[in-house]
Amino acid sequence: MKLFLKIWRQENAQAKGQMVDYTIDGIDPNMSFLEMLDVLNEQLVAENKEPIEFDHDCREGICGTCSLQINGQPHGPDRLTTTCQLHMRKFKDGDTIYIEPFRAKAFPVVKDLVIDRSSFERIQQAGGYVSVNTSGNTIDANTIPVDKESADTAFDSAACIGCGACVAACKNASAALFVGAKISQFANLPQGQVEATQRAINMVNQMDAEGFGSCTNTGACEIECPKGIKLTNIATMNREYIKATTKG
Amino acid sequence: MGRYLNTTVAKKFAMGLSGLFLVSFLLMHVTVNFVSTVSPSVYNSLSEFMGYNFVVQLLLQPILVIGVVFHFVMGMVLEVNNRKARPIGYEKFDKSSNTTWMSRNMIITGIVILLFLGLHMYDFFFPELAYKFGNGYDAAQVPDFYTGLVAKFQDPIRVGIYVLSFVFLMLHLLHGFYGSFQSIGWGDRNSRALKGFAKWFSILVPLLFIYIALFHYFGSL
Ligand code: SF4
Ligand code: FES
Repeated sequence: MKLFLKIWRQENAQAKGQMVDYTIDGIDPNMSFLEMLDVLNEQLVAENKEPIEFDHDCREGICGTCSLQINGQPHGPDRLTTTCQLHMRKFKDGDTIYIEPFRAKAFPVVKDLVIDRSSFERIQQAGGYVSVNTSGNTIDANTIPVDKESADTAFDSAACIGCGACVAACKNASAALFVGAKISQFANLPQGQVEATQRAINMVNQMDAEGFGSCTNTGACEIECPKGIKLTNIATMNREYIKATTKG
Repeated sequence: MGRYLNTTVAKKFAMGLSGLFLVSFLLMHVTVNFVSTVSPSVYNSLSEFMGYNFVVQLLLQPILVIGVVFHFVMGMVLEVNNRKARPIGYEKFDKSSNTTWMSRNMIITGIVILLFLGLHMYDFFFPELAYKFGNGYDAAQVPDFYTGLVAKFQDPIRVGIYVLSFVFLMLHLLHGFYGSFQSIGWGDRNSRALKGFAKWFSILVPLLFIYIALFHYFGSL
C-alpha cells in the first residue's frame, strides 16, 4: 500500500507545531497502525531525520496510551478499537490519512503526537479509589456479597482504560464519560458507598479544575470509546453528584 | 451548598431542569392552541383564564420568563466555557461520524427559537400588556382572542416564519428533551422507553404548532 500521511509535528510543548506531509510505500495491509508508524520512523531515521514521537505501550488494547486522532476520529475509523488494534487493511491504497494528537486544553501536547494526560491521573487521585487497610489484615473483597447485575455494571464501567478518546471526540472536550465510568465503577459496589459523597464531589471538582468542558449529551464519546463505556455512566455520575451535594 | 452550584455537572443539571420545565410549558401551550382549531369559544374562555388569572399572570408567567432567560443565559455560559476547553482545534475533525447535527448545534437552534420568541412576544404578549395590567379586569375590555389569533395568521410571511421556527424547535427538542433527563441523572434502565417518548414528543408537538398555524392561514383564505 502507498499512503499519503499528514502528521502533526511539534518540537516541544512550547513550540507552535504544524502538519507535515509524508509519503510511505510498501505498507502491508496486515500491519497495525502503529507498525505503519514504526516503518515510517525507520525511514525517517535512515534519512537522518527526527522520528515522530507517539505514545504506545501494550499494543493490545489495555494500557490506553496509544491515543491518536486518525482522520478526525479518535483511534481511527473502527469501533471498539484502540489505535494499536487498528489494521492498515481498513484503509485503501493511495489514501490520505490525517494523524493528530488528541486535542484538549487539559491534554497539552508534549511533543509531536504525545500528549500529557496527567489531568486524568489527578482526577483519579481526587477520589477514584476505595480506601482499604493494607496493614496485613486486609479483608477479602469477596466476603461482601454483591448481586450479579451490580457486579456486571461495575465491571463494565471498570473496563475504561483512561485513553482519553472520549475527550478527543467530544466537541466540548468533556471528560464526563471517563469520570462517569470511574465514579460508576464504585457507585455500583457496596465497597464504594462509604466514600461515595466525597468521591463524586472531589472528582467532579477536579475535572472542572483541569479545564475540561461540560457534557452536552452528544454521545460522541460513547461511540468512540474503545471499551464500550456507555453514556449511562454519565447519568450515574450526575446522579451521584446531586446525591452528594444534597447530602453533604 | 453554593460552592457546589458552580460545577459543570450542577450547571448541566440546572440546564436540564429548566429545559424540562419549558417542555411542560410547551405541552400546555400546544393544548390551548389546538383548542382554537376545534372550538373558538372554548379557546376564548381558556385564553381569558390564562390572560387574567392572578396565579397564571403573577406567578406562573414570571417563572416562565425566568425559566427562558435562565435556560438561554446558562446555555451561552456553557457554550463559551466549552469552546475554551479546546483552544487548538483539529486539522480534520469528523464530527458527523459520531454525532447528530442537532446535538452539535443546540446553540444555533436555540438562538433561532429565541429570535422567534421575540416575534411571538411582539405579536401576542406586548399588545396584551396594556389591557391586562392597565386598568384591572374589565369584562367589557376582554378582547376576542380567537379573532386576534386568526388575524395574526393572515400574513404568509409570518406563517412561514412560524413554521420554520417550529422546525428549529423540533431539532432543538430532538436532542434536548432526552438530553435533559440525562443531565439530571435520569436515563438508565428505563432509557429506551424514555428515549422513544422524548423523540415522539419532540416531533409531534412542533408539528401540531405548525398544523395550527396552517389551519388558521388556510381556513381564513
Ligand atoms: S471512557 Fe472510554 S474513551 Fe474515555 S478514557 Fe475510558 S476507555 Fe477511553
Ligand atoms: S498501546 Fe496499549 S492500548 Fe494501545
